[in-house]
Amino acid sequence: MKFKLPSRKKHSATDQNGGPMALTPAQKDLSQIPSEYQDALIGVIGLKKYFPVRQGFLSTIVSGQTQFVKAVDDVSFFVRKGEVFGLAGESGSGKSTTGRLLLRLTDITDGRVFFKGRDIAKLSPRQLKPLRKEMQIIFQDPYESLDPRMTIKEIVAEPLRIQGIAKSEAEILERVKQILSEVEVVPPEEFLQRFPHELSGGQRQRVAVARAFVVNPEFVVADEPVSMLDVSIRAEVLNSMLELVQKRQVSFIYITHDLALAKHVCDRLAIMYLGKIVEMGPTDQVIMNPLHPYTQALIAAVPVPDPDYRRGNLPISGEIPSPLNPPQACRFHTRCPYAFSECTTLEPPLVEAEPGHWVACHMVHK
Amino acid sequence: MGLVGESGCGKTTVALSLLKLLPSAGRIRKGRILFNGNDLVKMSDSQIRKIRWKGIAIVFQGAMNALNPVFKISDQITEAIKIHEPSVGRTAARERVETLLEMVGIDSGRADNYPHEFSGGMRQRALIAMALAANPEVLVADEPGTALDVVVQAQILKLLRELKDKLNLSMVFISHDLSIVAETCEKLAIMYAGQVIEYGDTKSIFSKPLHPYTQGLLGAFPSIKGERKKLVSIPGQPPDLLNPPVGCRFNPRCPYVMDICKSVDPKLLPVDETNHLAHCHLYPQE
Repeated sequence: MKFKLPSRKKHSATDQNGGPMALTPAQKDLSQIPSEYQDALIGVIGLKKYFPVRQGFLSTIVSGQTQFVKAVDDVSFFVRKGEVFGLAGESGSGKSTTGRLLLRLTDITDGRVFFKGRDIAKLSPRQLKPLRKEMQIIFQDPYESLDPRMTIKEIVAEPLRIQGIAKSEAEILERVKQILSEVEVVPPEEFLQRFPHELSGGQRQRVAVARAFVVNPEFVVADEPVSMLDVSIRAEVLNSMLELVQKRQVSFIYITHDLALAKHVCDRLAIMYLGKIVEMGPTDQVIMNPLHPYTQALIAAVPVPDPDYRRGNLPISGEIPSPLNPPQACRFHTRCPYAFSECTTLEPPLVEAEPGHWVACHMVHK
Repeated sequence: MGLVGESGCGKTTVALSLLKLLPSAGRIRKGRILFNGNDLVKMSDSQIRKIRWKGIAIVFQGAMNALNPVFKISDQITEAIKIHEPSVGRTAARERVETLLEMVGIDSGRADNYPHEFSGGMRQRALIAMALAANPEVLVADEPGTALDVVVQAQILKLLRELKDKLNLSMVFISHDLSIVAETCEKLAIMYAGQVIEYGDTKSIFSKPLHPYTQGLLGAFPSIKGERKKLVSIPGQPPDLLNPPVGCRFNPRCPYVMDICKSVDPKLLPVDETNHLAHCHLYPQE
């Protein structure tokens, strides 16, 4: 779908105050927003991220239109204090972009993000800085996310210095040692002066975890934190990370493509498809009783480590369509085995099918 | 047949040795590879070339990088056919390309597309078609689903299983993912630090893993079925192969380590009357 804009200049100007894709009147009025979104540690309402596609100068003039990749399109959810919330989906579903938007690592096209009741979607970088110590991220690849020219001590101490949390060098050293031993990089003294290349993949990811947790954040996003690690060390890194989450009552967003792992880690789970949440609810309900045909297919596609288990046929075929030109109405209808006429004309809203279990599918609404 | 292990344990090296495709720095130091009774290790390059693709073909990992981006898919598959069977004419080769593509589930009308016009799953399918170009008897699949999304991965695995039955292929399936081999392979070899440490029927390995490493690996694997539980892992790191531990290579990480493990490397021996082999001092070494 193309989005018509008068000119590029205006695009950047309108982005600041609502943009061309403005909120509906109901969403603008704070009192209309369900209280659980404002009371939760993180509440996300109508979050959108459209990336403009760079085209040739001439075609922009001729068509007068800018095409957008709707990476995240109208996503709403909340995360309670101390809760592990999973975002799952195939590549290109917008799960990583959502994670980055919540921390404002990418500019938000539209929507509201409440952090402890305060809308941070429109804050300036200067206003955001004091909030940064309360929200942290762990990236997927520990080989790229750690500066190869910094020692482990400097890497972990950097957030403390930037935020001006620790008063003295001695205090910094103390806190760095403390967090390193909590993530089981032990004995910490032995690692302080080492460089990332001297560490194994698992140890590096532990350092990345330590860097995120050293400032005592209340909210952490982990983007596929263990998918680069070997199976035999993966569980250990995951367990020590989750221990920290539990001990400090951190709200945790776990982004993954691995549903089997999500099942073991998350309290609640949202399944994304082409920038939209298609199903959301308590993990056990979503996995054991999936309502959306896409969730059912994803679960059927997960191999089970049991040679006696014979899984049925995959209900869906094909691959995820291009987000540049997603199908109209229900975005899944091109691959859905149950699609009927309504699916091609009307977009299904996300509705509560059973308490706490939300799904966006015309079949369920009937 | 499945070959399982973590990164750096030597799975891919084994696969490349099967086709004698090792990089020039590597040489097969010892041992024999028997294919239909002939030893591949002793063969000359020209003899090997006859076996490659017609006898043993390989599906490489990383579908994104294994195809040449500047040639059409049809040309790349034709090349594979022509090299191994020079007598095949142009029209016959073209026909074969189209049947091969249909066989792996690609519309033959897309044969003249370039790799970048294909999605990840289609590229992997094209690679499989290419591996089958010269009617091999053995197909080596090196992590065929790894870079793909779960749904597409499941489709590729299903395709490989169907092809195996249809063409009566022998397949060596290499993966780090125990859940994938569980449903694909009949026999398994578990590798650790360059050695096979357990070998047997998939069923008996999953129901009664003998080697402590296999036991640890199974415990570390989450299953989407069954209870939510804390995952157990194997402490420590995989060893540095430049300097492997003396004795059993798993001894620094093994929960049952004994004195003998630190000095004597155990042998891979059958443990019970079935064909279940383990490489561990916990079982009689006679």
